[in-house]
Amino acid sequence: MARTTPVKKAWRSLTWLLVITAVLTGVLAYGVIFEKASWAPKLALDLEGGTQITLAPKLGAGEGAPSAEQLDQAVSIIRQRIDASGVSEAEIATQGASNIVVSIPGTPDEETLRRIESSAKLEFRPVIFTDVAATSAAGSTESPAPTDGATPAPTPSLATTSTAVPTDASDPNWVSPALFDAYTNFDCTTLDKADTNVAPEADPLITCEASADGKYSYKYILGPVEVSGDTISDASSGLIANSQGVSTGTWGVFITFNDKGTGEFADVTQRLSGFDPKTDVRNRFAIVLDGKVISAPTTQAVITDGKPQISGSFDQKSAKTLGDQLKFGALPLSFVVQSNETISATLGAAQLNSGIVAGLIGLILVVIYSLFQYRMLGLVTVASLVVAGVLTYLMIAILSWRQGYRLSLAGVAGLIVAIGFTADSFIVYFERIRDELRDGRGLPGAVEAGWKRALRTIFAAKAVNLLSAVVLFILAVGNVRGFALTLGLTTVIDVLIVILFTHPILQLLASTRFFSSGHPLSGLDPNALGAVYRGRAQFRAPVLSPAKAGASREAARRQTIAERKAAELTGTSARGASSTTADGKDS
Amino acid sequence: MASFSKFGNDLYTGERSIDFVGRRKLWYAIAAVMILLSIALPIARGGFVFGIEFRGGSEFQVAGVADLDLEGPRAKAQDLAASTVEAIDPQASPRVSIVGTDSVRVQTEQLLPEQSTQARDALATAFGVDITSVTASFIGPSWGADITGSALRALIVFIVLAAILMALYFRTWKMSVAAIASLLHDIIITAGVYGALGFEITPSAVIGFLTILGFSLYDTVVVFDKIRENTTEDANSSPRTFAGSVNLAVNQTLVRSINTGVVAALPVGAILFIGAYVLGAGTLRDIALALFIGIIVGTYSTIFIAAPIYSQLREQEPDILAHSTKLEAARSALGGR
Repeated sequence: MARTTPVKKAWRSLTWLLVITAVLTGVLAYGVIFEKASWAPKLALDLEGGTQITLAPKLGAGEGAPSAEQLDQAVSIIRQRIDASGVSEAEIATQGASNIVVSIPGTPDEETLRRIESSAKLEFRPVIFTDVAATSAAGSTESPAPTDGATPAPTPSLATTSTAVPTDASDPNWVSPALFDAYTNFDCTTLDKADTNVAPEADPLITCEASADGKYSYKYILGPVEVSGDTISDASSGLIANSQGVSTGTWGVFITFNDKGTGEFADVTQRLSGFDPKTDVRNRFAIVLDGKVISAPTTQAVITDGKPQISGSFDQKSAKTLGDQLKFGALPLSFVVQSNETISATLGAAQLNSGIVAGLIGLILVVIYSLFQYRMLGLVTVASLVVAGVLTYLMIAILSWRQGYRLSLAGVAGLIVAIGFTADSFIVYFERIRDELRDGRGLPGAVEAGWKRALRTIFAAKAVNLLSAVVLFILAVGNVRGFALTLGLTTVIDVLIVILFTHPILQLLASTRFFSSGHPLSGLDPNALGAVYRGRAQFRAPVLSPAKAGASREAARRQTIAERKAAELTGTSARGASSTTADGKDS
Repeated sequence: MASFSKFGNDLYTGERSIDFVGRRKLWYAIAAVMILLSIALPIARGGFVFGIEFRGGSEFQVAGVADLDLEGPRAKAQDLAASTVEAIDPQASPRVSIVGTDSVRVQTEQLLPEQSTQARDALATAFGVDITSVTASFIGPSWGADITGSALRALIVFIVLAAILMALYFRTWKMSVAAIASLLHDIIITAGVYGALGFEITPSAVIGFLTILGFSLYDTVVVFDKIRENTTEDANSSPRTFAGSVNLAVNQTLVRSINTGVVAALPVGAILFIGAYVLGAGTLRDIALALFIGIIVGTYSTIFIAAPIYSQLREQEPDILAHSTKLEAARSALGGR
């Protein structure tokens, strides 16, 4: 193998690094120019402040204060919902006897607020009666149908005088004259204000369907709850595909029921599909969220797999919000936003500056120590750390834009600590090269051979770090996730740098006179490394080989007299045996 | 430098060798004492001190403050509120924020009822508002049991997966056992230092612990990789006993261990220094202390705990035992070393 190959490879790697850096910069630049990104990473609550939202429970008349368990459960669910929207390091705590305080960095938009406060109590109720809501659709003949092909067709034969006891949830006998009267007088615009849309699960419910613009298009009388949201085991959002598997371009929420829910859902769809979808509204099944109908699709077939889709007036964001809300369960209580105020940082710029100053001092100390230990090679460490720093900064700024990542003071400390972890890859590598030099290799050979061994060690060790980051990110909640993201990020960048920067630079340096001649200041002086003691004449000219036996060969050669004699006595002539193995492996 | 690199050379060749594996009883004894102290001292001090984020605390909100000085990164009002509360309870560790445009929010450790009343009075006086404008309430833990629970679950999953990963990579479960043992040693001692010094355990400290976990295992894997290399390549033809090969590997990577330990500890030391002496108690000090101790202990334990345990676990295997006995016999025939 000629020397040109490592050099060519080195340039190729460096080009790749340049391309990666350019792409990351480009992505961030795009974000800054066309979207809401900024060049600097966003800061977390402790450094920048944000918004404090106080939630008070919505209590009916005569209801006592919520129990501590209910509040804890609510805090936990709200936390999971906020976590699902990114890693923003929100702070959620109970306050006083019944309130929950949510502090989040920045200013929350409508979507975030809904994500937090909505109790996400989902119910499936059969439709008994419906007509177009007077408030929104009056005069509008273009009123959009809530779901494909579901034209509201009031059942003309509706009995308004109910005497018989209803036999099932779709039975028109639920509609008593009083209920029908309430229905006629029900004003959909009052839905947001009052608790009018709350009814016990076993009773019928009068409510309306909300469309995307917040208006109410249909008014319903719904039967008792047939399938409750408690039976949902998982939920997600995505584009709805038609029966051919082609995306329809509409967003929806996909629900997976547990066994109980699956069974109940199958029973209901069995019964409802018996009604004619064209003439009987009782064919429709209303999905009710927090007392409002999201959609009331017609029942085309019996759903037995327990995996219905909810379509409605969703866009990507609102579908994801509902998916996340359902996934983590309904809040045990309904809450109203009591106050929504800006809140200042608790730490402020002084702490951040001190942190950065500490980091710089630390970095300078690392530089001094590296130069002391590795001479000119120390500069490679410094350059690698600088490149790693640039990539980390870019990635954090991008994550801050895409994932809502926020840099807290603890995060800054974590990044400073990463200097040490990153530098270790270089130390492992340099020490390997030195080991190879001690074995009497020439520098280019030592760089290649040392690299092969070092890379294996680096991969194994970094895999452990990455594993901890991935596990913590997936399983943990709250602040721990932010930490895990930082750890995973720095680990990946570290490996990237050592492959695409440190190694190529050393390959290039190895071809320079200064280093390959082993200048005393290069940090790779074979004399200082004791290679000469061993008599270089014993070794072949430096060759590029995957030398697997370097260290053991070395160990064998350096045995003490007693050990050698001992080895000879046991019948394994150490020198002979080890040189044969070495030759065998090298050739 | 010259002497240090000579030191490295001698360690590499075996000319100079520190007997890490052979003197394991001494290291185990030291570890046992350290672990006992790490358990006994915090108990003697009355257990760990958990921060407001874990236990909840008192919250005061001063409303209707007329001329809040909001200039500057940390408003004067924040310092005023902090010092007012600290005058009543020096251990209160207040966190102060400005809420909206005219309110000050102070969160502290749980105060006694009479302290709470005093604090309300003092805050009202300090900000020149009526006592009724200062509300006191209880703030629950923001680091709830659910976060701790999920973090612990994640930790256990991680340790199990890491043990499997190491067992697969090194092709022996004994390395996993040794690595996890030294990891536990590191966690207990790092936590013990917190308990012994009476430092408050805050979320930052917990994150510091988690970092240490990664570092401890990471450091062990690097050294074990060299041990694997030394012990598998010669196996039975080696002129060294198994313990000797392990010891040589530790010595050969000693320079790496020292350099890595120093390089990792330097930035953390800088944070610790700035955090503790310039800023006083706070996030930086909390996280840096855990890391500083953890890095030192983690580097130490790889050499003095993990490697000897691994060697001890393997020495009794028939192959290795036979090999060692053969070497011992040969040496004693020569009249020993």
